[in-house]
This record gives sequence, C-alpha cells and structure tokens, in this order.
Amino acid sequence: MVRFILRRLLQMVLAFFGTTLIVYALMFAGQGDPIQALAGERPVTEAQRAYLTEKFHLDRTGIDGFFYRYFDYIRNLLQGDLGESLTGRQIGDILAAAWPVTIKLALIAMAVTVLVGVTAGVLAGVRRASIFDNSTLLLTLVVLAVPTIVLAPIAQYLLGVRWQLFPPTAGADPDFYSLLLPGIVLGSLSLATALRLTRTAVAENLRADYVRTARSKGLVKRRIVGIHVLRNSLIPVVTFLGVELGNLMGGAIITEGVFNIPGVGFNLFRAIRTEDGPLVVGIVSVLVVVYLIANLVVDVLYAVLDPRIRYE
Amino acid sequence: MRVRRLAAWTALPLAVTLGLTACGSGSGGSGGTDPNAAVRIEIAEPQHLVPTNTTETSGSQVLAALFSPLVDYDDAHQAYEVAAESVTSEDNITWTITLKDGYTFHNGEPVTADNYIDAWNYGAYAPNGQGSSYFFEKIAGYEDLQGETPAAQTLSGLEKVDDLTFTVTLSAPYSDFRTMLGYNAFYPLPKAAFSEPGVLDEGYEQAPIGQGPFQMKGTWQHDARVEVERYDAFPGEQPKVAGVEFRIYQQPAAAYADVLSDNLDVIKAIPTENLSTAPTDLGERFQTSPASSFQFLSFPTYQEEFSNPDVRKAISMAIDREEITKAVFKDSQTPARSFVSPVVAGYRDNTIGDAGTFDPAKAKALYQSVGGPSRLEISYNGDGGHKDWIDATCNQLRANLDVECVGSAEPKFSDLLTKVKAEQPVGLFRMGWVMDYPSMENYLGPLYSSNGSANFYGYENPEFDKLVAEGSAAASEEEAIAKYQQAEDLLAEDLPVIPLRYGQHVFGHSSKVTNVELDLFNRVDLLKIEAVQ
Repeated sequence: MVRFILRRLLQMVLAFFGTTLIVYALMFAGQGDPIQALAGERPVTEAQRAYLTEKFHLDRTGIDGFFYRYFDYIRNLLQGDLGESLTGRQIGDILAAAWPVTIKLALIAMAVTVLVGVTAGVLAGVRRASIFDNSTLLLTLVVLAVPTIVLAPIAQYLLGVRWQLFPPTAGADPDFYSLLLPGIVLGSLSLATALRLTRTAVAENLRADYVRTARSKGLVKRRIVGIHVLRNSLIPVVTFLGVELGNLMGGAIITEGVFNIPGVGFNLFRAIRTEDGPLVVGIVSVLVVVYLIANLVVDVLYAVLDPRIRYE
Repeated sequence: MRVRRLAAWTALPLAVTLGLTACGSGSGGSGGTDPNAAVRIEIAEPQHLVPTNTTETSGSQVLAALFSPLVDYDDAHQAYEVAAESVTSEDNITWTITLKDGYTFHNGEPVTADNYIDAWNYGAYAPNGQGSSYFFEKIAGYEDLQGETPAAQTLSGLEKVDDLTFTVTLSAPYSDFRTMLGYNAFYPLPKAAFSEPGVLDEGYEQAPIGQGPFQMKGTWQHDARVEVERYDAFPGEQPKVAGVEFRIYQQPAAAYADVLSDNLDVIKAIPTENLSTAPTDLGERFQTSPASSFQFLSFPTYQEEFSNPDVRKAISMAIDREEITKAVFKDSQTPARSFVSPVVAGYRDNTIGDAGTFDPAKAKALYQSVGGPSRLEISYNGDGGHKDWIDATCNQLRANLDVECVGSAEPKFSDLLTKVKAEQPVGLFRMGWVMDYPSMENYLGPLYSSNGSANFYGYENPEFDKLVAEGSAAASEEEAIAKYQQAEDLLAEDLPVIPLRYGQHVFGHSSKVTNVELDLFNRVDLLKIEAVQ
C-alpha cells in the first residue's frame, strides 16, 4: 500500500508539471492584448503599457519567449512564489482568501450529495418500481436537464428574493446558513447522478448470490442492506464522488458568481475575462493538485471498501 | 380567524404607543432619517485605489468618499471650487490654485500645496506606470518625465508659492484646465503615502489616507468590501450617514437580488435583463439620471469602400434609432444625433442633420447611387451585451438598403481593437465613450483628432484639428465652445462615425435609504444619501 501511494505521488509530480505546461501554453497562445483587456474600452497610456509590458515580460513572444516566461514562472513557483496578477496583487494572497470559502461551499455541496443522494438512492433501489422510485427518477431527470446557469438564478429569485427563506447572496465571509442555498444548488447536479448510481448498484446487488445466502441464514433485512449491499454498492459512487469533489472546487464558477461568493471560481472567471495569465495559471495549478489528491484518495478508498482490491 | 382578530386588537394599542413615542422623540427629523447608520453601495473590485492610477468607476467611487476634489460640478455640469479657494488664470497658461484653509488628511497632516505637487509628479512620472498619467500631459515639463529613463523627476510647470498656493504652468493654453481638475487624478497625497520622495509606500493602496469626508475603516478587503466612516475633522459639508460599506460584486444580477431584498442599499447600474421588470419591482426606487456615455458605430475610413462620406450618410439614414432604443433598451438610452453628449456645455441637438433622419427610401437611393458595398459587417465585443442591438441594426440595414449584413462578435473589446489597429477588414465596429470631465473637448480631442487616443478609425482632418486646438487655447469658455462647435460641424459633413445613442444611469435603491443621486460619473453622491430610520 505504501509503495502504491509513493508511486502515485511521484506520478503526481509529473502530471502537475505536464498540466501547468499545457495550461501555460494555452493561455500564452490565446492571449490577445491583456493590457487593453485590463483597461476595458478605455485607451491605454504609453507609460502604463511600457510599465506592464516590462513587468510581465509581455514583449517576449514566440517559442523562445514562451519557454523564457514558462521557466521564469516555474522557477518562482518552486520558491513558493505564485507571482503577481496584472492588477498588482499577490496571487498567493488571492488564493489564500479564495480557498476557505470555496472549500466550505464544496463540503456543503458534498454533504448534500451524500446525505440526500445516497440515502434516496438506497431507498429507491430497495423499493424498486415503487412510487418513491418513480418520482425520484422524474425529479433527477428534471435536475439533470436544467443547467446550473438556469437553476441558480431561479433558486435565488424564488427562495431568496420572493419567499425570503435564504439570504439571496452569501458575500465574502458567509455563515453556514447563507452558504446552504448555494451549496444545495451546486450539489444538486451531482446529487442526481449519485442517486441514480446508488439506486442501480443497490438494485443489482440485491439480486446477488450473497444476499440470498444472507437472507436464508435469517439475517434481518436492515443488516443485509445496511452492511453488505451498501458497502458493495458504494464502489462506483465513491469513484464518482471523488472526481466530483474536484469539479465542485473548480466548477463553481456559475454558482459563486450568482451568489456573489468570492471563491476560486469567482476569481478564475475574472482572471479569464481580463486575460490575467498569471492568475489563471496559478488557480488552475492548484486545482490540478486538488484533482490529483482527490483521485488518490478514491483509489485508496477502493481498497477499504473492497478487500479484494489490493495494490502492490 | 380568531387569532388574527386577536392580533389586530393587540397590534392597535401597540401601534398607538409606538406612534406616540415616535412623536416624543421626534426631534430626530420628521423624515425619519438616521445620521448614525451606514449605507451599503455596490461596486466591482477596484483595480487600484491610488488617485493617479484609478481609471474605472468602482475605484473612483471609493476615492470620492476618501478625497475632496479641487472642483466639482453643479447641476448644470459647471465646475465650482470645493477644496480649492480659487483656480484662476489670466492667459490660460499659468494657473494659480489657492487651497482652502483647514483641510487635514485623515492622519492629521494639514493639506498643503506640496501634497498636490508631490501627487501630480508621482502620477506623471512614466516609470510609475500610472493609468491616469495622460491627465498631466498639458503641464509644462511632462515630456521630460516620459521614457524608460526620464530626464527629470518633477514637472517643471508646478511651483509652490506658499503653503496654500501653487501655480501650474501649461505647455500650451488650455481653457478647460479648471474643469479638468474635478477628475480623481488631481487629488493630493499625504506625506505618509510616500516611503521616500517619489516612491509610493506599498501599503498605501490597502488603506488610502485622503482629505475627504470619509476615512478608511480597516483596510481594503479584496473581493469583499471597502468600509469607510465619517471623518469628523472634515471642514466641508458633512455627510448625512455615519459610514459607507462599498460591497464588491462580480455580477450585477447578484447585487440586484440583494437590493430587492434590502440586503444592499444601492445598485448603480441595473442589469439589462432586469430592465423590463425593475420599474415594477422597485416602484419609486427605480431611478434614472443623465450619463455622459455615447455609443456610436465607426467606419474604418482607411478602407476604400467606406471612404465616401455619402456611403456613411446613407447607412446612418437607414437606421431607425428610436425603434432600437425602445425595443432593445426599453428607453434606458436615448437616440443620439450629435458627436458630443448632451451633458456638456456647448451641446447642440441634431448636428448631423439629414443623416440622422430615418428615411429608408432616400437612404436606399443614395446608397445605390454612390455604389455602397453589397455586404456589410458590424464587429462588436461579445462580452458587453451588444448582440441584440447589433442584430437589430443589421436587420434594419438589410431591409432598408437591400444589402447583406452580419454582426460579427469578437470575444473582447481588446481583441476588436487589436484587429482594428492592424487595419484588418472588420467592417463597421461599435465603440462607446465616457467622458473624464464635462467639456466638449473631452469628446472631440480623443475621438476625432488625428492623434486622438481613441481615434481607431483613421479619421484625419487638419482643419478639424486646428479648430479643436484653437478652442483649447481660447481666452474664454464661450470662445472655446464656438470653436468646438465649428469643429463639430466639420464632423457632421464627414461623418467618420454614426452617433447612435446616449446613455443614462439606470439605478435602484433599497427601502432603507433615500436621496440617492448619481453624478455624471456613475458615482453615488455620498454627501446627499440618507439612511431611513
């Protein structure tokens, strides 16, 4: 097990540098005129253009310039310096302010997914073809069909503005309650998938030989479902949730925007819009690490859930 | 039912008692405003909070709380002195600025002429890379501060007379200099802002020290808020609220939802998608005020097919401006038929004459007689909500001129500019302009002069340049305006751009504030706003 984890950690280093290189290259290739983008529709003064060009080496273009700027970036990165954004803020500071709130939001979304999704999935799986099963099928289909960009403003308007059940936006240092609505919205998509996955796995496992054995041994139904079936059914769900955790961290661009939560997605959106290369690469690099760790945790969890899976 | 009646019986005496106590403590003002409350105003994350480096409205709004300008503008958009006692000149070259006595910075330093001179020198010095440095280009000695290794560190045109007086010598006469001083680039900086002469302290921007009616409360909380509180030693007009929280939003839609539920007090621009419902949502709290923004379509005049002014005139005549402002903008913008905004002195209605009158038959006849191109393209930036009106314009041109017309979106305005600067064939392209200070020159100079900073369409007319220069150098404002108007008449003949619309500020506020007014620069008037008790 230890050797497996070590090997994976080494692979992570390679994957990290590979992805930052790709992201940096994409940002480099797609960059038009970041100084003008920063100024919007205003004319830019010569003095400011000269200042920013020199500071961010924007005059180094072509293949040579790319490698010069990339290695410059990596050198600073290895010294723990993520660099400065085009507006002169330390990217390290931006990330330090953005991560806590995004993590909180992702955890709430995750909790909603696991609690509601897995529970309802097990129930639906056990009572196949019941009213509960059919109505969850319908509901999940609706949720899956409605994109977040529609769902989030509707939830905000109805639950926040119209009926005033939740605060309409969460703001910068939100409490648990104001993050609940964004968390539910964010989690609803993965909730639907988790529910469908759990339901199918439970329904399938209930027909397995070991369940029949357990039943003929006289075990109570709760124990059969709660211990034996659930544990075996969770393998595909855990895979999904692991990947989803990464998605929740980085993919909250829409939700964070609608509910005005200055987290990672919020900053990533702004960085892309203003062509702030250093900031985009900084955020994506950290997201890559999050994905890699989430994947590693999923792999380790496999072994915990299913003793037949062993890593050497 | 019984419960409700019971509630009514208890509520009635309670209301009477409350009403009586309210009368008893009624000295607080019959309007019921609370001078000890703070108000919450929406902004976007400012790019910078250094006066000479702040060029967008969010930063400018925060600075307006922290600083008091030399001059401000009255309801007729004319300049009047605020922090300055007087701004005078005999010849429009040497200006004498006298400061009012009694102003102090929030750290206790008295405001002197040096504070202005230091701040302006810092702003003009090219290696500092300040966004507003071009505001100082009219001051003598500006050239010596440019380039990678400038010859000088200070503007030779700035000279201290005594603690409250200094003179500004311009390199050429400029009649609008006094008007220009209202812009935030001309605020003073305290000695405490500099770690050594000419070097701004790194931490200054996180908690700017000014000499205005409000002082910072804590530091700038990036992406979250900037909080300010009343500065009691401010000698000018005191604000009617105890403080302001500038809350940072990335999307106006989120701010709008917060205003609807009283979680936020002022939204300075209601998002377009909410314009149709906002008047009913907010009632009397939905408001509009004049703005300086000016939207137009420009022609790449360097391209052969658009070089004939009659082609441009025909296209202008084929556009029904009223229809578009009504259908697309729900009357939140107004049709434009001149080259400067109605908010500046010297504006005349309908200077483009015939070219602005919607007449499809005449337009088509003219277009065909001069052989206009059979295919038109209108380029725009896709991130600014322009698609609807561009498509509507294209539809009109298609129907009225019998041409093919397509709208083509570039991701961002900067991408559009990159193409235009490289003189690639982008067809017509949209542009907008917002003034820095209320003067005709602030439109004519940058937009249509041969070397104008925003003249991207290659319009060159030496006679026009000459008239604008003469206007700048004129002895009085009336003479200047006369010259500017002659210059504008030349534009009407050449039609390098077609004026389309003037903007308005469309804003709203919560039920917790009153007296919300926006100035021409989309800033809430912080001396007027009041909190409801």
